[in-house]
Amino acid sequence: MDKQLSHILEILEGDARAAPKDIASLTGMSVEDVSKKIEQLEKSGIIRKYKTIIDWDLVGESYVYAVIELKVILERKYGYEKIAERLYKFPEVRSVRLLSGGYDIALTVRGKSMKEVAFFVAEKIATLEQVQSTTTHFVLKTYKEDGVILHEPEHIKRLPVSP
Amino acid sequence: MRTPFDPSVFVADRLQNVPPSGIRRFFDLVSEIDDVISLGVGEPDFITPWHIRETCIHSIEHGETAYTSNYGLLELREEISWMYDRKHKVEYDPASEVLVTTGVSEALDIAIRAIVNPGDEVIVSQPSYVAYVPSVIFSGGIPVPLSTTVENKFKITPDELEDVITDKTKAIVFNYPNNPTGATMDRSDLEAIADIVVEHDLMVISDEVYECLTYNGDHTCFASLDGMRERTILLNGFSKAYAMTGFRLGYALGAPEIISSMMLIHQYTMLCAPVTAQIGAIEALRNGEAEMQKMVREYDRRRHLIVGGLNKIGLECFEPKGAFYAFPSIESTGLTSDEFSQRLLNEQKVAAVPGDAFGKSGEGFLRCAYAASQDDIRTALDRIGEFVDGLK
Ligand SMILES: Cc1ncc(COP(=O)(O)O)c(C=O)c1O
Repeated sequence: MDKQLSHILEILEGDARAAPKDIASLTGMSVEDVSKKIEQLEKSGIIRKYKTIIDWDLVGESYVYAVIELKVILERKYGYEKIAERLYKFPEVRSVRLLSGGYDIALTVRGKSMKEVAFFVAEKIATLEQVQSTTTHFVLKTYKEDGVILHEPEHIKRLPVSP
Repeated sequence: MRTPFDPSVFVADRLQNVPPSGIRRFFDLVSEIDDVISLGVGEPDFITPWHIRETCIHSIEHGETAYTSNYGLLELREEISWMYDRKHKVEYDPASEVLVTTGVSEALDIAIRAIVNPGDEVIVSQPSYVAYVPSVIFSGGIPVPLSTTVENKFKITPDELEDVITDKTKAIVFNYPNNPTGATMDRSDLEAIADIVVEHDLMVISDEVYECLTYNGDHTCFASLDGMRERTILLNGFSKAYAMTGFRLGYALGAPEIISSMMLIHQYTMLCAPVTAQIGAIEALRNGEAEMQKMVREYDRRRHLIVGGLNKIGLECFEPKGAFYAFPSIESTGLTSDEFSQRLLNEQKVAAVPGDAFGKSGEGFLRCAYAASQDDIRTALDRIGEFVDGLK
């Protein structure tokens, strides 16, 4: 990967709102070149989406999250694609991952209450005919999300001047 | 009546000749003011990468708390030796040519003590790190400043070097990538210096502690030049590249005769470098490249930010190619470095070290360390801009 490209991606990964002007001043590139590069990155799908990480607990909107493990029965022709598609269409489902190991698919599901999540899983997920079994784990606390530590202790102080 | 006891008369004469530290004085000024944004810090603002800290914690849990070999853990010396072979094609025997020290600071001190006799002249390129001149004085040597200039991109030039060499010259100390200028020297620049070193039969102490922090092309290790391996005491460490300043770990590489002489002092004054830090250093060399490169890329972005910002303000700034310092000229303001720093501190609460703290040839410049967050750098630039505008 070329140097400028990795700079742009790292800057945007840390701050999705970094403007081309800011990126230009951090890389020595011209604003036009930065804008052009970003457009290419968006078109090619390398940049998928600009996202904000929100601590909903602090807003008072406390969502309940659960990790659901699924064992599924595969359909002959489609492999996992078909079931994955069924699952990711639900807005309650926040992520869908195919995994190796003891079970097949892991979902994260978001709801307003434990009851809502439990009913959603029982009614919508467990009843799918490819789904053999589900195990629901409620999330009690999130310490780190997408590489961001949510409640980091204060930083260590350095000397104000050193050689 | 008996005269009151005066402890100061017991202080050795040699210490009277050590000039007061410009940094120390400035530090005292800064400490008196709240909410200062500091560009005065000569150490990374990153915390040591977690995998290194975790390795150290694990070693303590397992009771690895004893003295090590005086030379340092063999495993660490081997890692260092492999790295030099791999990166710079210079071979050092881990058994006799590598000495692990308590920071580059200790390595510098014992390197000078190992080769300097009272009255020997040691050339110290300037502006440069503040420890070189005092270290020479501590061992009874005579420091001879060699001024580098912004016109020559703060590189040592062969002519200027020749000018300060006398028949008493024993060695030359330099540091590239450089603190405080951020200057680097290319292979061809260094080769010209190597020729003079051979011609005048000198030793070289090359402080390459910023070697990993270069932004335009790779660092040339001085010992990798033809004939320089035996003449060079190479100093390096973990403080800057791996954000490990408080661990206090460095090393010296050189000819067995020199390293064993340094070891003579080291074994009686230090015994060995701290074991936990040595274990962390092994981890840094084995698995630290990715995290280190990430920090280097972040420094590079801040470098663009600060150099661009300073030039926009009208403080002409030479392009630093290494370390984490920008060294703008403040001559256009008509102030001295000292006046500029003090007024900037008092009027805008931004701390940056006056260039003359790094030698006379630093006068007219300001050291702005960009080992600070982008937000702090932006705020500092705004305030510096306001200060400079106010002078017009
Ligand atoms: C050029 C130079 N050499 C040596 C040191 C000291 O390094 P250490 O922490 O390894 O003693 C510093 C620290 O600022 C430095 O800038």
